Amino acid sequence: MYFSAKNLTGGYGGVNIIEECSFEVNQGEIVSILGPNGAGKSTAMKAMLGILNLKAGEVILDGKNITKLKTQDRIKSGVSFVPQTNNIFTELTVQENLEMGAFLSDGDISARIKEMYELFPIMNEKQDQLAGELSGGQRQQVALARALMTNPKVLMLDEPTAGVSPVVMDEIFEHILNIKKQNIAVLMVEQNARQALDISDRGYILVTGRNAYEGSGDYLLNDNEIKKSFLGG
Amino acid sequence: MDFLNAIVLLTNYIIVPALTYGSQLALGAIGVTLIYGVLRFANFAYGDLMAFATMIVILTTWYLQSLGITLGFLPTALLALPIGIIVTIILSLFLDKTVFKYYRDKKSEPVILIVVSIGVMFILNAIVRIIIGPGDVIFMDGARFIIKAGEFKKMTGLNEGIALKSTQVITFITTIITCSILFYFLNKTKTGKSMRAYSNNEDLALLSGIDPTKIIIYTWVIVSILATIAGTLYGLDKSFKPLAYWNNLLPIFAATIVGGIGNPLGAFYGGFVIAFTEIGLTYAYKKFLVYLLPEQLEPSSLVQYISTDYKFAISFAILVVVLIYRPNGIFKGKVI
Amino acid sequence: MRNNLDVKIAFGAMALLLIMVGFMQSWGVALAILNLCLISAVMSMGVNIQWGYSGLINFGVMGFLAIGGLATIVVSMPPVTEAWSAGGFGIILSGLILFILIAGIFYVHRKFHSKYKNYLLFFLVISVIPIMKLVAGPSISAIESIDAATSGFLGGFDLPIIVSWFVGAFFAAIIAFVIGKVCLDLRSDYLAISTLLISGIVVSFVKHEEWLTRGVKNVTGLKRPAPFEVDLQNSEWFINLISYLFKGRLSKIIDFDEKVTLLNELVMTSSSIFVKLCFSLIFSIVLITLLVFSEKALRSPWGRMMRAIRDNEDAAKAMGKNVVKRHLHIFMIGSAIIGFSGAMLVTYDGLFTPASYQPLRYTFIIWVMVLLGGTGNNYGAIIGAFVVWFIWIESAPFALFVINTLMSGIDNTNQLKMHLIDSIPYFRYLMMGLGLLVVMRYRPKGLLPEKIIKN
Repeated sequence: MYFSAKNLTGGYGGVNIIEECSFEVNQGEIVSILGPNGAGKSTAMKAMLGILNLKAGEVILDGKNITKLKTQDRIKSGVSFVPQTNNIFTELTVQENLEMGAFLSDGDISARIKEMYELFPIMNEKQDQLAGELSGGQRQQVALARALMTNPKVLMLDEPTAGVSPVVMDEIFEHILNIKKQNIAVLMVEQNARQALDISDRGYILVTGRNAYEGSGDYLLNDNEIKKSFLGG
Repeated sequence: MDFLNAIVLLTNYIIVPALTYGSQLALGAIGVTLIYGVLRFANFAYGDLMAFATMIVILTTWYLQSLGITLGFLPTALLALPIGIIVTIILSLFLDKTVFKYYRDKKSEPVILIVVSIGVMFILNAIVRIIIGPGDVIFMDGARFIIKAGEFKKMTGLNEGIALKSTQVITFITTIITCSILFYFLNKTKTGKSMRAYSNNEDLALLSGIDPTKIIIYTWVIVSILATIAGTLYGLDKSFKPLAYWNNLLPIFAATIVGGIGNPLGAFYGGFVIAFTEIGLTYAYKKFLVYLLPEQLEPSSLVQYISTDYKFAISFAILVVVLIYRPNGIFKGKVI
Repeated sequence: MRNNLDVKIAFGAMALLLIMVGFMQSWGVALAILNLCLISAVMSMGVNIQWGYSGLINFGVMGFLAIGGLATIVVSMPPVTEAWSAGGFGIILSGLILFILIAGIFYVHRKFHSKYKNYLLFFLVISVIPIMKLVAGPSISAIESIDAATSGFLGGFDLPIIVSWFVGAFFAAIIAFVIGKVCLDLRSDYLAISTLLISGIVVSFVKHEEWLTRGVKNVTGLKRPAPFEVDLQNSEWFINLISYLFKGRLSKIIDFDEKVTLLNELVMTSSSIFVKLCFSLIFSIVLITLLVFSEKALRSPWGRMMRAIRDNEDAAKAMGKNVVKRHLHIFMIGSAIIGFSGAMLVTYDGLFTPASYQPLRYTFIIWVMVLLGGTGNNYGAIIGAFVVWFIWIESAPFALFVINTLMSGIDNTNQLKMHLIDSIPYFRYLMMGLGLLVVMRYRPKGLLPEKIIKN
């Protein structure tokens, strides 16, 4: 597997929120991390990014152990992250957001920016508009594009469709599918389990900080027990 | 004829002084707003930082003058600016390292930082007064006037004249140049954009790989440059008096908040808004009206809205209006 | 209960230092420090109540002090009858009109709901000033022209000066009410800047409105709650007292003229000390009363609620407590105390000098006292006041001592030495600043931090 996390254990302060969690995702795959509130999904993602200190566990990227790396170094190694909230620079223009996304790159990024505008066509007209003035769905697109500027191999998304309307949610998932087509490994935490699984190749269900179920998207969608517990029958 | 006279009157007593004063406030307000936006505290020591910077410029100017170096019709102080800037940068970085950084790392409450900045204020204030004394220092040299009122009247044949002091023109032009460079830096360069990004969303900036230490250094450098230039221009125009810089801090704070805290462009405009309002409201319009109105309607009183003693009232009133009706400032700023 | 031992040690150290000063310099200086310390302690307690109980940053201290000072004049100076007859009526009328205007503004603010309300309000507010100028202008010029050199103002109501202390508190509370209504729900740093600006306006008013305050011409010769030195020096009972107290020293002198000279000297120095002691007594009574009330309030249910609000405002709001109103009350009470102390200060000085009200010297020094002593803590405020004042007053002789010692070999006409000696007044500020930084870094809770009060 291109990216994997094994036996992650950790939390805030003395209390462990996640215990021995494991995930893996391949390039060109969409993998969802689901589960009830408080299951530790966001915590697990932060742990994989190095924002949270781990008590135990390791994170491997393309064969390299990146567990000890700082977040910024993981980003340089090819991981990118879209936080759930505050995920754009509201006071910078769309164009500037993209430029900041590629901050760590030294070379010419104009080609990459053009690619982003092709991937997210709406942003074309809004290039010089302040990102904070865009609608919810458009902001999410900017957030995604910003994260993609570094040509990441792994993209992690924390609840990309939180608080958006169903129409916008579909749009966002469309975009995520397009991202998958670029052969990027997509790992996403989601609350909207059903729709997430619809586009996912595989999924993990976390319950109280531990792996409970895993399998292909179809399997998780159609299994009766899982349907009852997590997907509302 | 009279209409022209009225315009000239307004230009001489309101427009020219307000552009000058506005420039001084704008430079100060941009500095304050940058510190607030990036370093996240209201720096009450800023006025005394300006005083310190100006003091260095004055001392250097005296030294240059003693060597016989001058700048012709321009004030020698302009030559001394680079030295003042460098020393102030060193001081700011030193203060940040020894005082402010500790509380920033601890993520202390804004109040604590204000209090600490007051401590720094006391120290800088004392140092300046110890070194250069509390009294007025005039260090302006070079041509004083670009055009005198009398000359203007002779040239145009008008009743009213415009006196243009060289410091007024220098202040305005320097401010425009400085701000243009600054805004170019902030809006067109990668580093400048990263500063704005950091000010806007610190976490995301860190995630993007922006180095906070560098941002903080850039901020102090810029702030020090602004403080030196602002302080020197003010001192050249009026005179150098250590306590005056502190007094100016209040309208500067007002300008910052009016422009939207954390918003440098807002601070720039805010400076002029405050200046024009203060001067406009404390000017006695009697003569102006006499020029414009027919004889029967001529006013007998001064037609001055409020005496100049109440300058604070104006800054404050504008501040209150803005805070109540537009808490983000007239130009959108951040609400922390 | 904060640690009683800490408090006792602190106060004990205070007393010891004062006694040392008394012996090494003079009792006059020691008492002067004590008196200013007592006054400042009252000021700090006022600030401390606002900051410690409610977390309110009041940078307008100097304004409230000025109001207190203003009260002393308005209450205790004898009225200038010519001025009153020239313009008194006009002023009263103007006051009424002002009141009506302000009431009108509040009325519009409350009752009007049209979309033009804000424009109307704005128009009303800005028209207050020209209207007042029109209505009060002539009276003001009339008053100021009466005997401008020695008088030029209305004078007061000729009441005992201690009454003015309470009036000062009252005025301050009213101003605090107005300010509070407008500013209190602002963020802490905005509140700080707003109060700072307002205090600037208040002091501008006091400096400019000569018909009321004589402005920068100052008012001298204020009344006193203690005897005047001159009167003491001329009263028999005092002279007898001093003769009695210094019997020993006097009896050793044989020569009559020398004895008389010595007696006169003793009477003079003693009169000054006696006066200071009288003030000390009065100020101590004020301080102790205030302390007792505050401590009682702290432990009362009201006090517990205030602390609850301070420690977790959101929870308190959720429980239905009207936080805004409480903050306003605290703000008014604290400001009233500050106003009271302002009147005390002016009384002690015997003169009212509007130009002396500077933010550095009044507002921020008081804050240093509060922070140094320990926030949220009345005893801390007192200790802070003492420490700061002690350093303030003693830093000058101390600096002189240091300069002279370090430069003992160097001639007194040396440029550097002279310059340093001239700069001694500013060393205080340096020490204040350094002291503040040191305390904020290493003992951020102050010298006497607030201990959790267990009920």
